Amino acid sequence: MGNKKMTKTMWKPTGLALAAIAATAAVALAVPSAMAQRDPAYAAARAAGQIGEQVDGYLGFATTPTPAIRALVQDLNIKRKAAYTASAQSTGSTVEQFAFTSGCNLIAQTKPGEKYQTPGGAWKTRDGSPPERDARCP
Amino acid sequence: MKIPKTGARRLAIGDRCVAVTMGAAALAGCVQIDTPDKPIEINLNINIRQEVVYRLDGDAKKLIEQNSEIF
Repeated sequence: MGNKKMTKTMWKPTGLALAAIAATAAVALAVPSAMAQRDPAYAAARAAGQIGEQVDGYLGFATTPTPAIRALVQDLNIKRKAAYTASAQSTGSTVEQFAFTSGCNLIAQTKPGEKYQTPGGAWKTRDGSPPERDARCP
Repeated sequence: MKIPKTGARRLAIGDRCVAVTMGAAALAGCVQIDTPDKPIEINLNINIRQEVVYRLDGDAKKLIEQNSEIF
C-alpha cells in the first residue's frame, strides 16, 4: 500500500515538470522572432560609437555610458559569457579562447562608424578599410 | 609638595595627549586608500594560441549567427 502511494506521489511532480518543459519549449519556439531583434537603444548606442566591440569578445564603453546603456551592455555581456561558456565546453576550449575567437569575428563584422578596440587597447572607429585586429585572428 | 605633583600630572596629561595624537595619526594612515589610476587589464596573450583560434573560428561564427540578439 505504502509503496503504491509513493509511486503515485513520485509521478505527480514529474508530470508537472514535463508540462513545464513543454510550456517552456512552446515559449522558446514562439519567442525567437521577437528576440532576434536588437534593442533599439543598443543599436543606437552602437551606431553612435558609445559602445564597441572589445578584443576579448565582450562589449565595452568607448565613452562614459548612461546608466541605461551600462545596464544593457552588462546584460548582453552576461548573456555572451553564458554562450561562450557553452561553446567552450562543446569544443573543448576555455571560455577566454572561445570569447577571443568570437571577438576576432565581431570586430571584423563592425560597420563603418562603429567602435572597436585595437590590439593595443585603444578605441577606433571603423571606416571602409579592414579593422586592426590581433595577429592571431584568422 | 603640591607643586611637583601638579607638574607630574601635567606631564602625564601631556603624555596622554601625545599618545592620542599618535593614535589618530596611525588611524589616519590606515584609512588612506590609493585607488588604481589605470583600468585593470586582462592579459589575453596567455593560453590563446593562433592554432586554437583557427580551430574555434567556425564554431564562433556559428554561435554569432545563431544568437544575433546578443551580438
